[in-house]
Amino acid sequence: MLLVLLLAPLLTGFVRSVKARLLRRHGPPIIQPYRDLLRLLRKDAVLAHNASWLFRVAPYLIFAATWVAAALIPTFATGLMFSWSADLIAIVAMLGSARFILALAGMDVGTSFGGIGSSREAMIATFSEPAMIMIVFTLALIAGSTELSTVASFMLSSAVGLRVSLGLALVALIMVAIAENARIPVDNPATHLELTMVHEAMVLEYSGRHLTMIELSAMLKLLLYVSLIACVFAPWGLAPDGAGPIAYLIGIAAYILKLAIAGLLLALFETSIAKMRVFRVPDFLGAALMLGLLAMLLRFVSRSL
Amino acid sequence: MTALIDMMGIGREAPNHRPWPRAIVGLEVWRAAAAHLAAGHYSLLALWGESDAVHMALLEEATAQIGILTLECPDRHFPSVGQVHSPALRLERTVCDLFGHEPDGIPDNRPWLDHGHWGVRHPLGAAVASPADALPYAFLPAEGEGLHQIAVGPVHAGIIEPGHFRFTANGETVVRLEERLGFAHKGIDRLLEGADLARAANLAGRISGDSTVAYGFAFARAVEAAVGIEPPLRAVWLRALMAELERLANHLGDIGAICNDASFALMQAQCAILRELVLRTADSCFGHRLMRDRILPGGVAMDLVDDSIPDLRALLAELRRRFPGLVALYDNTASLQDRTVGTGVLQPALARQYACGGFVGRASGRSFDARRRPGYPPYDDLRFDVPIFTKGDVNARVWVRIREVEQSIGLVEQILDRLPAGSVRARFDPSASKSREGAALVEGFRGDILTWVRLGAEGTVQRCHLRDPSWFQWPLLESAIEGNIVADFPLCNKSFNCSYSGHDL
Repeated sequence: MLLVLLLAPLLTGFVRSVKARLLRRHGPPIIQPYRDLLRLLRKDAVLAHNASWLFRVAPYLIFAATWVAAALIPTFATGLMFSWSADLIAIVAMLGSARFILALAGMDVGTSFGGIGSSREAMIATFSEPAMIMIVFTLALIAGSTELSTVASFMLSSAVGLRVSLGLALVALIMVAIAENARIPVDNPATHLELTMVHEAMVLEYSGRHLTMIELSAMLKLLLYVSLIACVFAPWGLAPDGAGPIAYLIGIAAYILKLAIAGLLLALFETSIAKMRVFRVPDFLGAALMLGLLAMLLRFVSRSL
Repeated sequence: MTALIDMMGIGREAPNHRPWPRAIVGLEVWRAAAAHLAAGHYSLLALWGESDAVHMALLEEATAQIGILTLECPDRHFPSVGQVHSPALRLERTVCDLFGHEPDGIPDNRPWLDHGHWGVRHPLGAAVASPADALPYAFLPAEGEGLHQIAVGPVHAGIIEPGHFRFTANGETVVRLEERLGFAHKGIDRLLEGADLARAANLAGRISGDSTVAYGFAFARAVEAAVGIEPPLRAVWLRALMAELERLANHLGDIGAICNDASFALMQAQCAILRELVLRTADSCFGHRLMRDRILPGGVAMDLVDDSIPDLRALLAELRRRFPGLVALYDNTASLQDRTVGTGVLQPALARQYACGGFVGRASGRSFDARRRPGYPPYDDLRFDVPIFTKGDVNARVWVRIREVEQSIGLVEQILDRLPAGSVRARFDPSASKSREGAALVEGFRGDILTWVRLGAEGTVQRCHLRDPSWFQWPLLESAIEGNIVADFPLCNKSFNCSYSGHDL
């Protein structure tokens, strides 16, 4: 659980640094996100006069929900403390509640940007959550369980083979991950243009420790999705339950390597594409939903696909 | 229709006004001119005030004839041109704010530059203390189901100039945009009154920082016209060299910035490198990256730094080598084209009505370029094309810039090939027995900058007006965004790239 918390800013810093390199800039050092979080933590929080209690507690709730969700995903070992208690559906629900609270907080102060951000976020969520659920069902049908440790060990076993439905689910999951993490082409995490923001517009009013929580949750979420994709579709190196320290070490090394590869690919993708119009996002996520649906149908039609 | 030259003939010609005539006319001719503007026979170049008169500069596009009409208004009233020809509206509101001349019949009598924070009203006319209980600015209403307002600025999230935008939107679709400008008002008009030529040239170069060469150029030409001197040939060519370098730097910066607003940072990074190359070369050639204060009445402040011509040639070679690749990148990135094509369309009819210059006008089919017509040296001696596009969308405005970059590269090359030798500054005595007036129209990177200056007998500026091209581009932005989505506004705004500082003066 602590590991994900510590690694999350590093992944964000790595993606930013690779993007800067691709643009022939030096960019900030890779540990800059840690410094930013510390700086924000030391600052006073400024609250709007008309902010309600919801506005103040929202960052902690969002952070808690995201952290728990991230802790439920096997990163380098399958035997997790909480494996028995929660599965993929719980993770989706956690993220859904975090988003719901964030959207509420965005509207709480009543500025127009918060409202714009919340309505856009709700629109994106409306399309991405069904797609996510479809992907979860596909995986569950194939592996016979929604519990991630079981899914991961099933994926490692030879019973999987090459399946079309898994391929479709992978593509759909990547699309959902891009939308959920407010990356280009759906949202631009680095923009300063108030009118184009989605995620940033909702958190415009936050400062100090509240902003720390929100920024950290955003970083955790990115890590969560990368871990999820890695755990389900590239589970090599995962240490099985009760393995020795060597296996754990291999697991950690493999995990960090997977994160680095994912960060590199994400930065490369973001640099090579422009942001899409807000109204193109439903098309984009609709495609993800269709892919998820197709994957599940294929699974029903034929056991081997 | 009446030819402009005939209309000018009806009035009393003002003495010592060069190079175009200025006629002092009565109400009849003033109203007739407004009717001609409304009918599209003439284009409005500028409308500005003085303590006891209003002036209006007109252009007849067919003949490239320019004339200035003056209406004396001792009673502080003049018939509004804006009531029949809307491009004049904001200009008249400004005249009213600064001088207190009331435009009779104007449909919109809200203040424009005056936000009630000056402490006085009509600072350039009969100044009176401003009332303490000023009315709040009433934005234009929009009615309908489910409309909401979004207020943006004047303080923005990025480091840009101040301006307020009030959107009325239905969900994501913009129903109406209204701008409120004037936050960058610096009182240049008052500062110029009574300034000697050196200080006035200094001030003119500080009106809009990115067009400092063009403003210096325009001011110098107007003064030279008033005094009746010609700068040395080498100075004229060096001025064009600076103007083209400024155009290159700004267009390159703009192309990158537009792409960046579509979150395509790669293009901006590449264009910023090229822009930086241009600025560094300008620094090594003229000792200042933006070449500020290098153009003075009578010539230029300094000759090219020794041995800097090879630097310029190297810059051209580098631009020629790298720019086509960037154009291809822009053209071949489908996700970028998806954002720019068809976004923020400006109708050609509106561009014509507002006599809108620069890349905004040329992307909507208006071919006006002050370098070509009425033309001024040394451009009448140089080969270049004026690129025209007719679609009027963001994509067209990017393409005008791309083509103009190519033309400017060609122009700099011609200038280097044919740069004459000689002195770079003519000394002259600006004092004379009587006052003289001069006007000039110079093409900056945004469009045509009009300058009108009256010199007093002792050689100082009595009154000077500099009209930024943005006056006729800002209102069109409101029209171009209509029916687009809110999130596309930054893209449209950047493709117009109007000046706040030059407009707010």
